[in-house]
Amino acid sequence: MKSIGPRYRSAVILAALLILLVGLPGYVPSSSYAIILITNILMYVVMAESWTIFSGPTGYISLAPAAFFGVGVYASAILGDVLPLPLVILIGGIAAFILAFLVGSATLRLKGMYFTMFTFGLVELVRNLVHWWEVNITGTVGRLIASEDPLTVFYSMVAIFLAVLFASYLMGRSRFGLALQSIGESEEAAAHSGVNVNRVKAVTFGVSAFFMGLTGATMCWRWSYIDPTTAFNIQYSFMPVLMAIFGGMGHPYGPVIGAAVFSLLEEVLTTKFPYYYMLTFGLIMIIVIIFLPHGLEGAIERWRKAGSRRGAVEVPYDVGKT
Amino acid sequence: MMVHVLDIAIGGLLTGGIFALIAVGFGLQYGVARVLNIAHGEFIMLGAFCAWTLFTKAGITPLFSMLLCGPFFFFVGFVIYRVLYSPLRTFSESPAVFEGNSMLASFGLLFVVQNIGLIIWGAPVKGYTYLAFPINILGAVFSANRIVTLIVSVILGSAFYLFLVSTRTGKAIRAAAQDAGAAELMGVRINRVLALCFGLGAMMAVLGGLLLSMTSIMLTPVMGMPYTLIAIIVVVLGGLGNIKGSFIGGFILGYVGYVVSSVQPGLSMVAYYAIFLFLLLVRRMGLLGK
Repeated sequence: MKSIGPRYRSAVILAALLILLVGLPGYVPSSSYAIILITNILMYVVMAESWTIFSGPTGYISLAPAAFFGVGVYASAILGDVLPLPLVILIGGIAAFILAFLVGSATLRLKGMYFTMFTFGLVELVRNLVHWWEVNITGTVGRLIASEDPLTVFYSMVAIFLAVLFASYLMGRSRFGLALQSIGESEEAAAHSGVNVNRVKAVTFGVSAFFMGLTGATMCWRWSYIDPTTAFNIQYSFMPVLMAIFGGMGHPYGPVIGAAVFSLLEEVLTTKFPYYYMLTFGLIMIIVIIFLPHGLEGAIERWRKAGSRRGAVEVPYDVGKT
Repeated sequence: MMVHVLDIAIGGLLTGGIFALIAVGFGLQYGVARVLNIAHGEFIMLGAFCAWTLFTKAGITPLFSMLLCGPFFFFVGFVIYRVLYSPLRTFSESPAVFEGNSMLASFGLLFVVQNIGLIIWGAPVKGYTYLAFPINILGAVFSANRIVTLIVSVILGSAFYLFLVSTRTGKAIRAAAQDAGAAELMGVRINRVLALCFGLGAMMAVLGGLLLSMTSIMLTPVMGMPYTLIAIIVVVLGGLGNIKGSFIGGFILGYVGYVVSSVQPGLSMVAYYAIFLFLLLVRRMGLLGK
């Protein structure tokens, strides 16, 4: 890769990936296993990447992705019959943004662990509220959904994937992103330099939730029936977090790799050995946290730094910094 | 009317007893050992299933299996801390980094324990009945097993409190709760004490689960999560590192849960969460904190 400068390398890889993704339906039948598999991988990639947008630079560990995902699912399930699909998906994202922005404005003043505990409970809260609402107001728990064509779901996931990559690219470059990083390094110093700390945090938390909402609203069409337990499944909180940490958060490609590796593993192993898969998953998590605190990406960067003397960018983020 | 008041007065106490025990265990793990143990509920599940297995397969009564499972899981917790969290504590550059990392590691632990449970016991719901005859207290009727759970948790809680205030090890734990670094400088063998706290926390979760399983609830290997959430809320309610606060907080939350679920079933989790929100935003030192 010597002929291509490092600045363009990621652009070339991205373009190749994009051509592969968009062209894929040309090679395989539209309802094939490959399409469904890659849609699923993209779902986890987007969840992990959007989680990293907020939690990577700031170090706040949010355990609420399932809440935002579920809000998206329900937005889609309720409005799906009335409105056109792109609008429904967008509303799912906006609903998740509003929830996250409100929650964030109220709780992001809290120090690290308190915020984590709070977001952990948020999923249970929203799930219980929706369940209660279904039992007492609508009278039925769960609802049937007219499934969409897998290809439509696939293309909207590709679009969301591109959007989330673009957003995390912007987060690394823009004035807003710089403000966010300065908050992660020292909140007090950021506040003294004129950054509106609470607003920046709440908005970023909302943006990260926005993509989770979009994902939920899109993936909703893969199912034919949803209820609060499937929509707000706590696994949608845990998996993206663990995938992002496994992949490493120093660079946008970290969570993508982490999510791709694990969702592929999941596809291969879940059907035959679901419990052993999750068990192995837990063990790998523990090992990664002890021995690879910056994830795969951190290890790769260290290795590249040692190999070439070019010097990789210092990883600005410590897992669990409060 | 009188019966209704009695019903709430005693019912809340019965629910609170188990909450208190679970929360004291969680409080030891987070308040002292600084591990936000997301897998706490999984140990509750283990306790419940051990009771089920020993009772239905070997005919050992749950109260007796507490004597078997308690020490065993204390040992398991102790070893987990030594193998998993001690190295993590050494590698982490600051207590704050350790807190983040140990929480993430406890996620791994959650997956491991929960799926071991699923492999051994499978997903279908299980249950057993034990001491299910009714007891009439001045007109309010409760089943005997719930009264037994309250008595046992109060005994365990008081015994643990005595242990904390009257033994040297108890003193070391209290010192570590205030400042682990300073305690280490004063000659407390800190890694052993923290492992001890983690082990005791695991033991209390298991005993709490054992008691819980006696009250004829449905048992599944994925039952743990809500109890972890309850433990978190109670510990925040009582004040971090405040063992007595956790014990009292458990009863407070027990009352709230019982009252709300007798008025509007399905909203008790929402009520817990409202309390949690209030505490985090208004009184972060906990209701009983200074």
